[in-house]
Amino acid sequence: MDLKSVDLIVDKYQEKRTALISILHDVQDRYKYLSDDALRMVASRLRMDINEIYGVATFYKSFTLVPQGKHSITLCLGTACHVRGGPKILRELKGLLHIEPGHTSADRQFSLNVVNCLGVCAIGPVMMVDRKFYGEMNSIRAKRIIEKLNNKRSGARP
Amino acid sequence: MRRIKSVKDLEKWEEDILSKQTRHEMIISVCGGTGCQAYGCQKVKGAFQKELTQRGMRERVTLKVTGCPGFCEKGPLVTIYPQNIFYQKVKPEDVREIISETIQNGRTVEHLLYEDPIANRRIVSAADIPFYRSQMRLLLGQNDLIDPTHIEDYVAVVGYQSLAEALFKMKPTEIIEEIKTSGLRGRGGAGYPTGKKWEDCKKEPGDIKYVICNCDEGDPGAFMDRALMEGNPHSVLEGMLIGAYAIGANQGFIYVRHEYPLAHKNAEIAIQQARKAGLLGENILDSGFDFDVEIAKGGGAFVCGESTALIASIEGRVGEPRSKQVRTVKHGLWGKPTTLNNVETWANVPLIIEKGSKWFSSIGTEKSKGTKIFSLVGQVKNTGLVEVPMGITLKEIIFDIGGGQQNGRKIKAVQTGGPSGGCIPASLLHLPVDFDSLTQAGSMMGSGGMIVMDEGTCMVDVAKYFVHFLQEESCGKCLPCREGLKRMGEILDRITEGKGNDEDLSLLEELAEVVADTSLCGLGKTAPNPVLSAVRYFRPEFEAHIHQKRCPAGVCTPLIQYSIGEDCTGCGACAKVCPTKAIEGDKKQTHHILVELCSKCGSCKDVCKVNAVMVQ
Repeated sequence: MDLKSVDLIVDKYQEKRTALISILHDVQDRYKYLSDDALRMVASRLRMDINEIYGVATFYKSFTLVPQGKHSITLCLGTACHVRGGPKILRELKGLLHIEPGHTSADRQFSLNVVNCLGVCAIGPVMMVDRKFYGEMNSIRAKRIIEKLNNKRSGARP
Repeated sequence: MRRIKSVKDLEKWEEDILSKQTRHEMIISVCGGTGCQAYGCQKVKGAFQKELTQRGMRERVTLKVTGCPGFCEKGPLVTIYPQNIFYQKVKPEDVREIISETIQNGRTVEHLLYEDPIANRRIVSAADIPFYRSQMRLLLGQNDLIDPTHIEDYVAVVGYQSLAEALFKMKPTEIIEEIKTSGLRGRGGAGYPTGKKWEDCKKEPGDIKYVICNCDEGDPGAFMDRALMEGNPHSVLEGMLIGAYAIGANQGFIYVRHEYPLAHKNAEIAIQQARKAGLLGENILDSGFDFDVEIAKGGGAFVCGESTALIASIEGRVGEPRSKQVRTVKHGLWGKPTTLNNVETWANVPLIIEKGSKWFSSIGTEKSKGTKIFSLVGQVKNTGLVEVPMGITLKEIIFDIGGGQQNGRKIKAVQTGGPSGGCIPASLLHLPVDFDSLTQAGSMMGSGGMIVMDEGTCMVDVAKYFVHFLQEESCGKCLPCREGLKRMGEILDRITEGKGNDEDLSLLEELAEVVADTSLCGLGKTAPNPVLSAVRYFRPEFEAHIHQKRCPAGVCTPLIQYSIGEDCTGCGACAKVCPTKAIEGDKKQTHHILVELCSKCGSCKDVCKVNAVMVQ
């Protein structure tokens, strides 16, 4: 893996240890996940213990240490989404993608994640697909979205 | 952008902006909040842009993307000024009609107006819509008028004038006194008097002090801070500037949660513009006061909303709270005296300086002054952000503003205060909403989340939901929170699976007490509230799960069964969506569910148009 970008990111934050979380965010934005190599590089550049870096990278939920799928499916399970049927949608998604939240499908197409609140509660249940928000979801709409993404890949007409 | 070097410059700037604005005849303002974005407001804006350019109207008409006016459910929202015409659920294909009818001919487009479901009539202006009528939108009101990415828009609504007032006409101690007399209390949930916090921080010795804005709004169901940060970031910056000047800080931080990318972006733009204008940086307005702000990004940890955990996170560490025997005003960020307030609290500060503490304290109740923004969500007709004077009753918010029940099912409870609060039953909706009243009922006002629940919500499931939420978010530092919540979760799991026994409830209550009494930080101390309040008000529902192995609301999957009633028209929609092929029946004949195959996913109920699918 080309780690040049990690160098540039650490430079941008002037090797400040206090910028660790921002650095990790930028690294993840660039590589889609935090690889062991990238974390070791950050550790050596910041002259920090690798354990400490891992501590931070695993404490905060926004960080992922495994490569993500092509499409990211994030389902909100905040209270408002919960009472409006969020768990039902999760069951549907788990069945469709054959994965548990926090995992990526075997074909590396989809990563499924759940969050505790996206702050778009008024139009819940909310699902975020590749950074785009979808409001008033239900299991049927969720299924359609996944099917559409799948069809796109296989070139079939939706 | 011009550089503002004095109060005179600022006044001149405002004048110039206002005179330029009057040159435009009309303003089309499109909500650009996250909610409306989900409904496709970007496309609506694009359509306006294209249409205005094609018709050569760009000179006469201003197109503006504003922050969130609060009525998210009806998005995308478009308001036309100066007539104040409020259009809802606007689609790109409506744009042409709006321009030819409203902009060119001054007529309203009837079908885009809000329809009052009770009076059955269309309403032209937002102020007349029941959702807005009882509100007092001191903070949110500005969102309608401001493009958050243009500092000029904020300056045009007397923005940064309070800062000028504070810097040149008030001593730091006078500012603190003013905030103290206003009665402003922290909007994040704890309700600590803001002026007192500032005073304590100012008293601490040392040259280096910090101010922090907490935009880590983690309570599920609350999003007012997001709306303020996205829609009016300069009001927050101005509040921080005034606060920093009062306590003697020269550096501030805004901690924005990772889930709010737009809030982060707009805050960043606001900081850069304020720096360019000379409103952040050295020698602000030639007063000799230096102040700058940086943004720190959160990492998706709920516990970081707690002040000491948040500070640890800004320092680049794991967000574990510490004991608060030494307060953050004494020993905060990097060990220096630090004042930490939430977004809504900071946004109130310029208002208090502008209009005076006397005015501010005339709003609200004896101990809770000013307005509070609530996010009214869940199973209620009108969902969105609601700003009301404190002391208004839950009933007024839910029924007068919210329009009452959503799906024809009776409202059963309202959950307030997020995972630190509790569920208040429908019988107590006459309670006023302020810092103290809801606490007596076993909940709290908290940061302002208000999730309405109807008869389709199982209170045992809600209690379980919160315990699992908190168990997952517990940082694990102290044992009672880490282990206690896990065990409470196991008990609730058992009950919802029909495996509960007679002792479970008393064990649950006992455990809850221990967790509350012995946890280190606010997360653990308040964690049992959702469970205790649910048991207190909805005990029969718990007992039905335990003794009769029944979920009255029809939510807990192991305890329910789906069946199809006589209303079935035999359309076959349910059979088509059933993932396990558990539904049989001939065309136009009543269908039935094969219980042994049914996975209880509920898809059949979702698609049934005649409500023939029943849950027992």
